[in-house]
Amino acid sequence: MNRTFGLSEFLFIVAAVRWTLLLSLVAFVGGGVLGLLIAILRTMSSRFVRLLTSGYIQLFQGTPVLMQLFLFYYGLSVLFDMQVDAWPAVALAFTLYSGAFLGEIWRGSIQAIPRTQWEASACLSLGYFQQLRFVILPQAMRISIPPTVGFLVQLIKGTSIAAIIGFVELTRAGQLMVNVTFKPMIIYPIVAALYFLVCWPLSLLARNLERRIDADLGIKRHL
Amino acid sequence: MPILALNGICKRFRAHVALDDVSLAIEPGEVVAIIGRSGSGKTTLLRCINGLEVPDSGEIVFDGRRVERSRAGLQALRREIGIVFQSFNLFPHLTVERNITLGPTVARGLPLAQAKERAREVLRQVDLEDKIAAVPLQLSGGQQQRVAIARSLAMQPRLMLFDEITSALDPELVGEVINVLEKLATDGMTMILVTHEMGFARVAADTVVFMHQGKIWEKGPPSRLFTAPATAELATFIDAILPVGAGVMHTIR
Repeated sequence: MNRTFGLSEFLFIVAAVRWTLLLSLVAFVGGGVLGLLIAILRTMSSRFVRLLTSGYIQLFQGTPVLMQLFLFYYGLSVLFDMQVDAWPAVALAFTLYSGAFLGEIWRGSIQAIPRTQWEASACLSLGYFQQLRFVILPQAMRISIPPTVGFLVQLIKGTSIAAIIGFVELTRAGQLMVNVTFKPMIIYPIVAALYFLVCWPLSLLARNLERRIDADLGIKRHL
Repeated sequence: MPILALNGICKRFRAHVALDDVSLAIEPGEVVAIIGRSGSGKTTLLRCINGLEVPDSGEIVFDGRRVERSRAGLQALRREIGIVFQSFNLFPHLTVERNITLGPTVARGLPLAQAKERAREVLRQVDLEDKIAAVPLQLSGGQQQRVAIARSLAMQPRLMLFDEITSALDPELVGEVINVLEKLATDGMTMILVTHEMGFARVAADTVVFMHQGKIWEKGPPSRLFTAPATAELATFIDAILPVGAGVMHTIR
């Protein structure tokens, strides 16, 4: 006997949005810290450091997220010789995945700042980290807003893959409700709409932010 | 004692010899104009002085001390030597005021209030006090270049380098920047300029250095160099850069 799709089923799905958001937030913040570190290390000159960081990036960009999830999920279990919760595995996997992509996005943004900005600030006697902090990163940030938000939106939608190893986020919650009510054509549109409601404002926010910064810089641009 | 001495500076970029055994001494208060064709090594020489390029050999002595090529050594050197670039290189994300206070506060540890006062002072020197709150993109090229000069002045350098600072400007904006330079020269600032403004070099420079093929080809007071060049290369160069009208006059005479 199938359950009917009612308010409590709907609320179960809506409530699962928080796990999607939390996973995305952890991955984005953790990956952001990691990515910034990677981006800065990649612009430095040590060959060993560049090799190491580029190896990490190639590894995580060149393999499917699903494989990374499997490897972390089963890998952690093997490592600790016990059944591991899905949460630490997905959090770790998505953090490292984000770090690789954000690292590349931000490295590109840093390197897009003209060499002359480095020179001008060096000639004011600023040290390397002072140059980054006051001159380079603020400008790189402006450039990186669109690709960063683009990646964040991809990440939020991408966390649905965590459903496969049983982590109950938005997609998994939808699946569970489909299993008991068998109303896929009601439930999946709702799930999709919820993703949209999360992602769309982010795109708007990004565009707004760009406009504000452009106005501060005295740039008029048509979007 | 010279404030700056270059001894046997050599610099090559792959097969191209940019500087070939260049030696030069500059006294406090001296205004030196470096002229020459593009590719003659003028800009490279200037960039070697404050460490933007590292010479392959030779030594640079500033204020009696040999310049160390370490990060800390260069940072210390750049507190004393200011540079203004052809393309201004202001920080586009900062206001005029912050462009100017950044170096003194961050690199020299000056309290912000004092740095702001100094910003006002140097902006007055370049006659741009009213633009203190503007951002670079709102300014004309000439104004941006004057801000760049003010930014450099705020570090209270003992030597200033100018790298073709009027070359990127529309002709009608060159004058306002030259005026600032002349004022600085009169105030006794020690200056080295790479320039194509022969009028300025003739009037304001104590010494003119003509560079050719990475060497100092000729050097002397402008009165002699411009009127009685000793080498054929300098004579040809002067002929080539003189205004068309003057060149014609020269030929007719």
